[in-house]
Amino acid sequence: MTTALLSVENLRVSFKGSDGCAPVVHDVSFDIEAGKTVAIVGESGSGKSVTSLAIMRLLQSGSAKIEGTIRFAGQDLTTLSDAGMRRIRGNEISMIFQEPMTSLNPSMTIGRQLAEVLITHHGMSQRQAEAEAVRLMDRVRIPSAAARLKDYPHRLSGGMRQRVMIAMALSCKPKLLIADEPTTALDVTIQAQILDLIRDLQREEGMSVLFITHDMGVVAEIADRTIVMLHGRIVENGATEQIFGAPQHPYTRALLAAVPRLGSMAGVSVPKKFEEIDRATGIAIVKSEEVTAKQPDPQTPPVLEVRNLSKYFDIRSGVLRKVSGRVHAVENVSFDIREGETLALVGESGCGKSTTGRAIVRLTDPSGGEIRLNGEDIVKLDENSFRSHRQRLQLIFQDPFASLNPSMRVGECIAEPMLAHDTIPRASVRARVAELLQQVGLDPATRDRFPHEFSGGQRQRISIARAISLGPKLIVADEAVSALDVSIKAQVINLMLDLQRDMGLAFLFISHDMAVVERVSHRVAVMYLGEIVEIGNRADIFGNPQHPYTKRLLSAVPVPDPARRTSRPELKVSELKSPVRPVDYVAPHRVLQEVSQGHHVQEWGAEWSNG
Amino acid sequence: MLGLLARRCLVVLPTLIIVSILVFGMQKLLPGDPILALAGEDRDPQTMAYLQEKYRLNDPIPVQYAVWLKQIVTGDFGVSVRTDVPVADLIFQKLPVTIQLAAFAMVVALLIGVPAGIISAVHKGTVTDYSINVAALSGLSIPNFWLGILMILVVSVQWQLLPSSGYTSPLEDLGQNIRTMIMPALVLGTGLAGVLMRHTRSAMLGVLRSDYVRTARAKGLNERTVIIRHALRNALVPIITLSTLLFGELLAGAVLTEQIFTIPGFGKLIVDAVFTRDYAVVQGVVLCTAVGFILMNLLADILYILVNPRLRDAT
Repeated sequence: MTTALLSVENLRVSFKGSDGCAPVVHDVSFDIEAGKTVAIVGESGSGKSVTSLAIMRLLQSGSAKIEGTIRFAGQDLTTLSDAGMRRIRGNEISMIFQEPMTSLNPSMTIGRQLAEVLITHHGMSQRQAEAEAVRLMDRVRIPSAAARLKDYPHRLSGGMRQRVMIAMALSCKPKLLIADEPTTALDVTIQAQILDLIRDLQREEGMSVLFITHDMGVVAEIADRTIVMLHGRIVENGATEQIFGAPQHPYTRALLAAVPRLGSMAGVSVPKKFEEIDRATGIAIVKSEEVTAKQPDPQTPPVLEVRNLSKYFDIRSGVLRKVSGRVHAVENVSFDIREGETLALVGESGCGKSTTGRAIVRLTDPSGGEIRLNGEDIVKLDENSFRSHRQRLQLIFQDPFASLNPSMRVGECIAEPMLAHDTIPRASVRARVAELLQQVGLDPATRDRFPHEFSGGQRQRISIARAISLGPKLIVADEAVSALDVSIKAQVINLMLDLQRDMGLAFLFISHDMAVVERVSHRVAVMYLGEIVEIGNRADIFGNPQHPYTKRLLSAVPVPDPARRTSRPELKVSELKSPVRPVDYVAPHRVLQEVSQGHHVQEWGAEWSNG
Repeated sequence: MLGLLARRCLVVLPTLIIVSILVFGMQKLLPGDPILALAGEDRDPQTMAYLQEKYRLNDPIPVQYAVWLKQIVTGDFGVSVRTDVPVADLIFQKLPVTIQLAAFAMVVALLIGVPAGIISAVHKGTVTDYSINVAALSGLSIPNFWLGILMILVVSVQWQLLPSSGYTSPLEDLGQNIRTMIMPALVLGTGLAGVLMRHTRSAMLGVLRSDYVRTARAKGLNERTVIIRHALRNALVPIITLSTLLFGELLAGAVLTEQIFTIPGFGKLIVDAVFTRDYAVVQGVVLCTAVGFILMNLLADILYILVNPRLRDAT
């Protein structure tokens, strides 16, 4: 007897490759009851997305083989005809995807894309469908919906596009909504709004939701039941409270240990390592109690001093390409970093945090201000004199796949900076590469391999080895762990903390992830629209945030604790503002007020008064 | 969008000037002194001086260029040495013939190439895909002249269905005009269909993998709608660019086909002019072809802006 809306039994999905069928999902069975939310969590390659696509039969029929049964409202979806399946898709089961930026057709107006579903499934006329589309856009809280109907997707932000996707998915009142990482590509305040929206709509419509995600925080916020997947198999399936409160499988425990939890650092003033748990045995390899980091010595002069740094980008328009506006990407930014210190630069897309990092390593020339490295202003140096400073200033990028040259062996990648700067005799480069690989936790024998033979986490270790090869003083880490799976993220952060302790490295840690930032940094600077709105010791920023934006950012972070689910106030619909200004715009002089020692807050205007 | 269009048009100007300088330079670099040729056997210094003066050959090069450019702009391309007909008249006679042939060939190429590309992409990795690829490769590798001769042999000589050669103006007899155009257009078009098919296929494959096609399928649309409305529209953008460039190439590149079917078009004009060293004609034809090519390029840019909503918003 089953009351489940969707019942998956012994699902097995395999892809045909050159050497036969490779199964990627094995014996997966689970139920979703009407009106409930089930989350499937897992890291990349766990088979969670393939499972969801298999339910919708959206995998390439030629290359994927689906076995087992998928019963939905009394029918077996695996044996349904193509026409029958089309009546289900978008009508009874609908789906939203991870990438709102690419999931809408760029050459069709959003009105038509919305109307299309209604015309297909409900046989509405174009006019009826458009009227209904406006109503749906209102429901997903898209401001001035009627005016948006004729817009093409590129005019909408990522958050708004995801709202359009949700409107589209809900248009036929489906019984089941499959959401495949719907908020992963979004900023944290936008993510919170979209999660609120999905939850509200679910309550109103009484539909079931299958939520695919890698983010334990999101799971805790939204799911009734949680399924943990590893290597294509379900390792644990239970009520969300139970999974978080008393995880049974070692992998679930390892996953939960690696999840950064906002607020877990109260009472600790220095960065702390993540606990690393062996996936197979569940025994801790690294204990989180190990406090290895030190407080930087306040007496030493700072490694890096940034004073009134600004960076503008011209916007040109018209036939003659005249400057018609400017993006004030970075405006009057000042901060210091000392030896052995991590300053985190946090903020959302377009706040100027990456531009600041790029300006410091001179990948982009600042429009104004000073950047002093060990007391010397590097902005005024020409490329030749700056070269010698590059040794002390290194960069780690976000994308471990794109930042290593695919046609160079990793040993060459790591050796290249040393050869370019002639820092050590050529004969000893090979030995030094081996030493560096060991230092970042890789086997020196791997130096003759190519980047594609490594996983994302390993590649990021290689990038780190390359960055430390010249013995730098400061490393700018631009979202260096954002693309990594949780457990890998924890390992790489632990590595960075070890290197900081051993080499006295200073980090400028650029990140949008508040929970990670809380863990790794000594001090934090919050950026909004190109300006630092609040800067201070990590404990002060997280424990006593002053600026409304800092508060907003912190309240939007999903808390990986199902018990605290309801405590978060709902965020209003808002968009990230853009720092595009007229040509003659001069930034107002803003005062940073000292709240407590080293904790400065920018005075805020009336725009923040209503929250 | 208007600003972008205007800018694209403005960019054409420097290109046109460079082309005109190259064509003018070509005339200056050609071996042999035209004065010596004109002065005859006795090379009378006085006659030569007179001729130098008459053709303003003593002026500085930039002045000569300016004078020449003025003539060109006013439609004076000089006179053909061989036929004594103004070059402008020759071009005016032959160009429409070639444009018609190129247009017919393009239609053939698009009608075969684009659907074949779509079918092949949709059925990727199947026998259908494989067969279409083989056919396209054959179309690309069979030389035009051979296919032309073969068609004349079979269609005209054996079956006596279509005229083997010659040309009739559409103003005289439209039916006969079309009958004479069918075979050359097929010969030219099938050659290009292979190129178009390959590009359509790869553009479609890229688009079919995209997230928004997955979204379209997840909406429950039928496969036809997904492919035509969602995929093809976006895949067409590179096809449009390619088609206009191929058309530009056809204007100058139909030489062999025009020879085989003895069509009095541009290609035939240029071949005849080169063999008789009729430089004024060569110059005029080269200039015309280059300008045609540039204009087709401009057309590609404009169409590109029109089909791409992102660019429509650009200023």
